[in-house]
Amino acid sequence: MSTVHPNLTYNYKVVRQFAIMTVVWGIVGMGMGVLIAAQLRFPFMNFDLPWTHFGRLRPLHTNLVIFGFGGSALFATSYYVVQRTCQARLFSAGLAAFTFWGWQAVLVAAIITLPMGLTSTKEYAELEWPIDILITLVWVSYAVVFFGTITQRKTKHIYVANWFYGAFILTVAVLHIGNNLALPVSAFKSYSIYAGVTDAMMQWWWGHNAVGFFLTAGFLGMMYYFVPKQAERPVYSYRLSIVHFWALIATYVWAGAHHLHYSALPDWAQTAGMVMSLILLAPSWGGMINGMMTLSGAWHKLRTDPILRFLVVSLSFYGMSTFEGPMMAIKTVNALSHNTDWTIGHVHSGALGWVAMISIGAIYHLIPRLWGLQKMYSINLINVHFWLATIGTVLYIVAMWVNGIMQGLMWRAVNSDGTLTYSFVEALEASKPGYLVRLIGGALFLSGMLVMAYNVRMTIRQKDAVALDNSAPQAA
Amino acid sequence: MSTFWSIWISAIVLGTVFGCWWLLWSTRKSQVTDKETDRTTGHSFDGIEEYDNPLPKWWFYLYVATCIFALGYLALYPGLGNFKGILGWTQEGQWQEEMQLADARYGELYAKYGSVPVEELAKDEDARKMGQRLFANNCAVCHGSAARGAVGFPNLTDNAWIWGGEPDRIVETIHKGRQNQMPAKGLMPGMTTDQVDSVVNYVLSFSGREKDAEAAERGSKIFAQACAGCHGQEAKGNPMVGAPNLTDDAWLYGSTYEWIKETVTHGRQNRMPAQEGRLSDDQIHILAAYVYGLSHRESK
Repeated sequence: MSTVHPNLTYNYKVVRQFAIMTVVWGIVGMGMGVLIAAQLRFPFMNFDLPWTHFGRLRPLHTNLVIFGFGGSALFATSYYVVQRTCQARLFSAGLAAFTFWGWQAVLVAAIITLPMGLTSTKEYAELEWPIDILITLVWVSYAVVFFGTITQRKTKHIYVANWFYGAFILTVAVLHIGNNLALPVSAFKSYSIYAGVTDAMMQWWWGHNAVGFFLTAGFLGMMYYFVPKQAERPVYSYRLSIVHFWALIATYVWAGAHHLHYSALPDWAQTAGMVMSLILLAPSWGGMINGMMTLSGAWHKLRTDPILRFLVVSLSFYGMSTFEGPMMAIKTVNALSHNTDWTIGHVHSGALGWVAMISIGAIYHLIPRLWGLQKMYSINLINVHFWLATIGTVLYIVAMWVNGIMQGLMWRAVNSDGTLTYSFVEALEASKPGYLVRLIGGALFLSGMLVMAYNVRMTIRQKDAVALDNSAPQAA
Repeated sequence: MSTFWSIWISAIVLGTVFGCWWLLWSTRKSQVTDKETDRTTGHSFDGIEEYDNPLPKWWFYLYVATCIFALGYLALYPGLGNFKGILGWTQEGQWQEEMQLADARYGELYAKYGSVPVEELAKDEDARKMGQRLFANNCAVCHGSAARGAVGFPNLTDNAWIWGGEPDRIVETIHKGRQNQMPAKGLMPGMTTDQVDSVVNYVLSFSGREKDAEAAERGSKIFAQACAGCHGQEAKGNPMVGAPNLTDDAWLYGSTYEWIKETVTHGRQNRMPAQEGRLSDDQIHILAAYVYGLSHRESK
């Protein structure tokens, strides 16, 4: 059983800062998403200005939700989890503070440079080289703080959540530096050092592992702490966590090539990317099973606890999108799905259903604990948020499935003389209803985030709320 | 790829698959029981304990199945370095096969029109429909689905031809594509802003739209020096070099004073991509007849 060290205190300040910014960046990033979804249905909303054009705001949306919302949630939870499961105070408060302010600076820089059209054009790595250097500095500091804390742990073993957080931090460092190597030609312009198909492969090695490590391994770390904690049940299987951890990190790095099926990428690389993506199914599901089965004996809590509901539904979406992913990596399926809205739907079943929902659940768990309270201001509002998020996600995914499969089929339909039945613009016309439904789904999800912001604000403004900066550990 | 890289790739691909396999079996072998248990590992982290439950059976077999599939796929398809795979599949091969299949299926359909002269084919309703579909697939993205063009993309319905409207010329244009360039300020790189204004007024005077008659008068002399080399003394153009007729009220880059001034000041570059290799000779022939027919409706 856990031993509590009487003189130990935790650094909650940086956790609180990142927790609040998770909500803030969530609203800004998802708001950007709703705007560009509206632009696809109502093109006048590009406003005929270069700065508000879809082409510039779409990368801003992805940067803000992945690195702003998702990144802040990962920083907040990893700093919290590593302290509590290692029973050690965060290594270097100064470096931890630097990671917070440095990360916020990166995001502000993104908001300024991307609408100005300053971009390296690499997906999910659009930020130009000076910002990339700042990211590198922040990330190395993050690694020092995280692993420094682990070395000072009072527990004998390292908890599974920290394996996942650790793998995420290390791999993202390698990926970020590897993919962004570039020759600067001016303060805000650089050219990738890779050429042609090598550049494409490097890009998707990064791109898919932004999904695999940033948006999956990191959030599995989150799952391994908050699900058992909120359910108050032991983790289902330690054995399963070992197998799926090593298998997941070993195979994910291979999968990027499936973004380049039927391209200039050599056949062997496409094949390797495809088979590794299929092998990835079981390791991914290992995480889902371990989370879901942790609830056995506690299923009744789902009726009364909307936070647990967020966590469990996020695991369902995780299971669904990690089944969909390997299927889409099969060449014959990919020949239909590639470049269609199906891909966008797949990404969002992961991004909204899995990443956002588990983060939201984790933040609802954290906020009262960081301010020395028993619970959130309103449990009912969490419930409202849960339904807005769930219905929004379902509308979004279904709209993109319908659009994507329709587009894929229209693009390949041929007349009796071998000519294509539909021109591109006809498929675009046919996608309009789907774009509207997607816009509604996205707007519902965003409105849930606004409910959350209100609930968080009311919680920390309660008169017995105390910002715990140097909290002593609570007995388990 | 060199033997070293081939072996390296094969080793790490197979190493990853068998590594997963080994991980799975060794973890399973150390299981004390294959039933669910209440036994924990004895660790506790911030109050979280871990059961020592076995790997779920169905999950274990799912994992084994994907590994077996991967090995089978790697045996059949190219994946292990230089090893071509038992099926000898390549993506180029698949493409060739599909193209041959399409040729076999549709080739005859097009071939029967290949020998009909363009002028005659333009009157054939079936060929026209086929041409329209080929146009929608291959040309409409620039020239528009009604073939009326856009700024920089010629209107194909107005019988004004930059590179000539005779059937042979149209076929040639589609086959080989066209590259076109008008130098800034024509053949007079030192043209002053005033002189540009004059020459623009002169060009506008062909359609009676000059702003300043005196300037247009002056512009005629500059035109002779800077523009007539390609567009001709009469400004009727020269399809042999792709110089447009400036007197026919067909404008590739806009007809207003501002647009023409822009064209004269900065010149223009344009390119139509060659279609040979993308489309068969017969398909290009049918397309040419369709395009020819767009401005020769009366002959129908």
